[in-house]
Amino acid sequence: METTVLLEDDLEDMRMYYRSGKTRGESWRRSQLQGLLLFLKKKEGEIFEALAQDLGKHPIEAYRDEVGSLTKSVNYALNCLSEWMSSKKAKLPLIAILTTAEIVPEPLGLVLVISTWNFPIGLSLEPLIGALAAGNCVVLKPSELTPKCSFLLATALPTFLDGKAVKVVEGDSTTGERLLRQKWDKILFTGSSRIAREVLAAAAEHLTPVVLELGGKCPVILDSFSRSWDKEVAAQRITWAKFNACAGQACIAVDYVLVEERFIDEWLELMKTWIKKLFGENPKQSCCNARIINKHHFTRLRMLLEDPKVQSRVVHGGDMDEDNLYIEPTILLNPPLQSAIMMDEIFGPLLPIITVKNIEDSIQFISSRPKPLAIYVFTERESFRQRIQAETSSGSLIFNDVIIQYLADTLPFGGIGESGMGKYHGKFSFDTFSHHKAVVRRSLLVDFWFRFPPWNEQKLQLLRSAYDYDYLGLLLIVLGLKRSS
Amino acid sequence: MPSSSVEEPRRDDGSGEGTRVKIYKSPKGLQEEKAKTTSNLPYLLLLLLLLLHPSTLPLLHFKLAAIGLSVNLARERPSFQALPRKAAVPLRVSSSMATEVMEEKGQAFDSRKAEALVRDLRSRFEDGRTRSYEWRVFQLKAIARMVKEREKDILGALMTDLSKPELEAFVTEISLTKSACKKAISELKAWMKPEKVKTSIITFPSSAEIVSEPFGVVLIISTWNFPFLLSLDPLIGAISAGNAVVLKPSESAPATSSLLTKLLEEYVDGSAVRVVEGAVPETTALLEQRWDKILYTGSGRVARIVMAAAAKHLTPVILELGGKCPAIVDSNVDLEVAAKRLMGGKWTCNNGQACIAVDHIITPKSFAPKLIEALRAGVEEFFGKNPTESQDMSRVVNRYHFARLAKLMDEDGVSEKIVFGGERDEGKLRIAPTVLLDVPGDSQIMQEEIFGPLLPIVTVDKVEDGIALVNSRPKPLAAYLFTKNDLLKQQFVQRVSAGGMLINDTVLHLTVPGLPFGGVGESGMGSYHGKFSFDAFSHKKAVLSRGFVGEINTRYPPYTPKKQRLLKALIGGNIIGIILALIGWNTKE
Repeated sequence: METTVLLEDDLEDMRMYYRSGKTRGESWRRSQLQGLLLFLKKKEGEIFEALAQDLGKHPIEAYRDEVGSLTKSVNYALNCLSEWMSSKKAKLPLIAILTTAEIVPEPLGLVLVISTWNFPIGLSLEPLIGALAAGNCVVLKPSELTPKCSFLLATALPTFLDGKAVKVVEGDSTTGERLLRQKWDKILFTGSSRIAREVLAAAAEHLTPVVLELGGKCPVILDSFSRSWDKEVAAQRITWAKFNACAGQACIAVDYVLVEERFIDEWLELMKTWIKKLFGENPKQSCCNARIINKHHFTRLRMLLEDPKVQSRVVHGGDMDEDNLYIEPTILLNPPLQSAIMMDEIFGPLLPIITVKNIEDSIQFISSRPKPLAIYVFTERESFRQRIQAETSSGSLIFNDVIIQYLADTLPFGGIGESGMGKYHGKFSFDTFSHHKAVVRRSLLVDFWFRFPPWNEQKLQLLRSAYDYDYLGLLLIVLGLKRSS
Repeated sequence: MPSSSVEEPRRDDGSGEGTRVKIYKSPKGLQEEKAKTTSNLPYLLLLLLLLLHPSTLPLLHFKLAAIGLSVNLARERPSFQALPRKAAVPLRVSSSMATEVMEEKGQAFDSRKAEALVRDLRSRFEDGRTRSYEWRVFQLKAIARMVKEREKDILGALMTDLSKPELEAFVTEISLTKSACKKAISELKAWMKPEKVKTSIITFPSSAEIVSEPFGVVLIISTWNFPFLLSLDPLIGAISAGNAVVLKPSESAPATSSLLTKLLEEYVDGSAVRVVEGAVPETTALLEQRWDKILYTGSGRVARIVMAAAAKHLTPVILELGGKCPAIVDSNVDLEVAAKRLMGGKWTCNNGQACIAVDHIITPKSFAPKLIEALRAGVEEFFGKNPTESQDMSRVVNRYHFARLAKLMDEDGVSEKIVFGGERDEGKLRIAPTVLLDVPGDSQIMQEEIFGPLLPIVTVDKVEDGIALVNSRPKPLAAYLFTKNDLLKQQFVQRVSAGGMLINDTVLHLTVPGLPFGGVGESGMGSYHGKFSFDAFSHKKAVLSRGFVGEINTRYPPYTPKKQRLLKALIGGNIIGIILALIGWNTKE
């Protein structure tokens, strides 16, 4: 009860602070982005440590996926900020003389960012970059499942930023619910589609716009290749994207692979080889793999595998160690499509491979399922690319690589349908946390008398010409030389 | 000079009497019209001289007389009676249509029917039928044709539903729909083109683009105040983006609602664009379904219901709501012009029943009496001595809203603040333009969106205080300022948050196709109009393509310190660092 009161007081203070206009200036925004940069630099060691403790992430993976990619994003925002903040002129027809029109981006106010546990630093700070660049006050709620990262963010982050405008609220789902009861000007939520529905329903109460970053079963379509080098690279990229990005616990990780029946043996061999190359003969001893986040998810993944119909389909791996929350990189061949592993998002190091008769059938396979956050396609055929681009729908579509769309600042990152709504990254983050205000300025000098009643036929004729931008017609009617159009 | 003496403009047809369906132009007319839109700068400059103010008219007259033209421009006003207003009223449902409506009404549109409808449209969408450029443009052209050919029917329906003066209806509903359609037709190709974007060294070598794809099956719930425009404008967006659409017009504007059903069935591809008429039960049945996007225009209360329903299916929504749109009026303005424009944003804008209509005026205490006088004079000029009799003003939509507005006026502490107006005629659902001065801040009229012809004026000591007053309320859909003070303009733009804002005029910003139209906070979310409509109904798919060359092993395990250095150099965009790390020179941390 007491905390509720405190929270509400805090939020009221933040709203007051926002109203003071302090956060609107470019210099304030810059100082916050620089603060973030400094946090990433000064606290790099502590971040690596926290990620190692929470998820067993290797520092290089932590740098690649979180600290490094954030550094890149903050730098990008700093470079582009002035341009993003500038208002854009809108074109006007000639008839609107002495009038100007522009689109002015302005901050929304007090926003809430709810982040998740698989990239606890990256997915907390990436939205924060956009929210601060757009001049908002922000409350960040990190995931309670990564307590070390959450604690680090709560204690260290505000000291690098304007503590009056940025607050980190730690806690579990009760805290989350309490936060959602408040009135926000925008909510960005990263997580599961089940909770997303609750977030959206809560937001409806206050008419708060929401960005939902969810996941889904992101497929790989694996076409055949003529060059063996291409095959090697494809296999390497797929195995890496499945097993290395936080051990498959990523919203854009590969969920399953579709290949043509006749190539299956070749691909299987390649993938097995690459698992060995990336993680060694004994992957359990590998330094380079994150572990499963907690017992709950470990059990969930084990249940997926323990379904007898699924178990028999394991063709590689399958080793598990509950004490160390470790699951070996595992490949399954054609598990039943009705089994849980093919119905739910896997979010772990299990990789089902589904064979299709003809690789073109994969389009139908994907279209008949909920829209994923990403579709990955390995192919060298342009016609197939065109078909996939036109006939499938997903948050993003990547040809011949995996996951790296996350790093492209110029592309929007976000889902569609079951994989979410709204988008961020780069300028899209700025836009997501800005209101684009339409501003028109007129002079008091010019006015068309025919705008106003009492109405008559000539006024109608004049308006007709005006709307058709038919200036000659207008002139003729005014001069009385033209009667009706 | 054949027309040196101006004759009474006459309608070129005797229509409107009995028949109402008149098809007079083929699609060819459309192209002709397009050709006409090329600009004529020289005429414009001359026009400018002419069109400035009514006050310049005598001058103009003089000038024309000087060059030997005797044109009596003053004639245009009083002698006019020709608009067949009454003839347009008895728009009756044609017999075939009546049976259609009966059929619909006979079997209630329930969840089962709604489900079947959506299933049907979804399979149509999945056919890919709606995706092609050709399909989209064909539908848009059909809509343009429909607006042109059926203008009379549409004006008639609006007259029945709202007594909307024909000219006002033409300006706000017909013209805006037409121009939205035209713009979409001429720019659709460009809109549909994937947008190439730059890629960075991190993903090198690669190419990236943003592809616009249709969402799928979308729902548009429209409203009664501009029942035609607010149905078709979003529809144009949804179709240009290649979606299958269900339109649910408002039951409070029944004539327009049934006309829309009839016309759309006749003109556009009914297998992918459907109209569902009805009230709460029908809307509820629709909202239970899974949509890929919903655009709702209406009130904040219903918007909450729509969004909560959408949450079940994770459907993104665009909410076009309203709010109390303020107009701050400085004392340094040209009084007559400002007053007219304020009236243009209130009483000639569907009689205040518009989401961007002026809700209330904020002005310095000392200036208020002058402004009131100007408004009083303006009302008389516009609507005559008996405004409730005027045909140049829409009526209140229905009894419910009439009672609501009456209650706002009759509240204790409010009714005695009426400075002019206040007359009402319940039978005709008419309320005269009414100005109130300094009503209590906690009265209902200052709490809810007025949405009618009542105009409270709130006085402040200094005009700058108006900004704080506006900011103390929920963010409106539009905010207006009248001033010659540049500093005040700047402050207003910087400090006031609103869906859109317009300085020194009202409502017109809506007509600028290059601007997004939409609210913020309580006034809504999402925006549309022009390209923004296309974007609102398109999913922006990120498409990234890579080749197989240029593979850098940095991102793959097993991890080594060298990889970390290389990564850092890459992410920092430090070319020398990258080279050093690659050739293994930079060995220390």
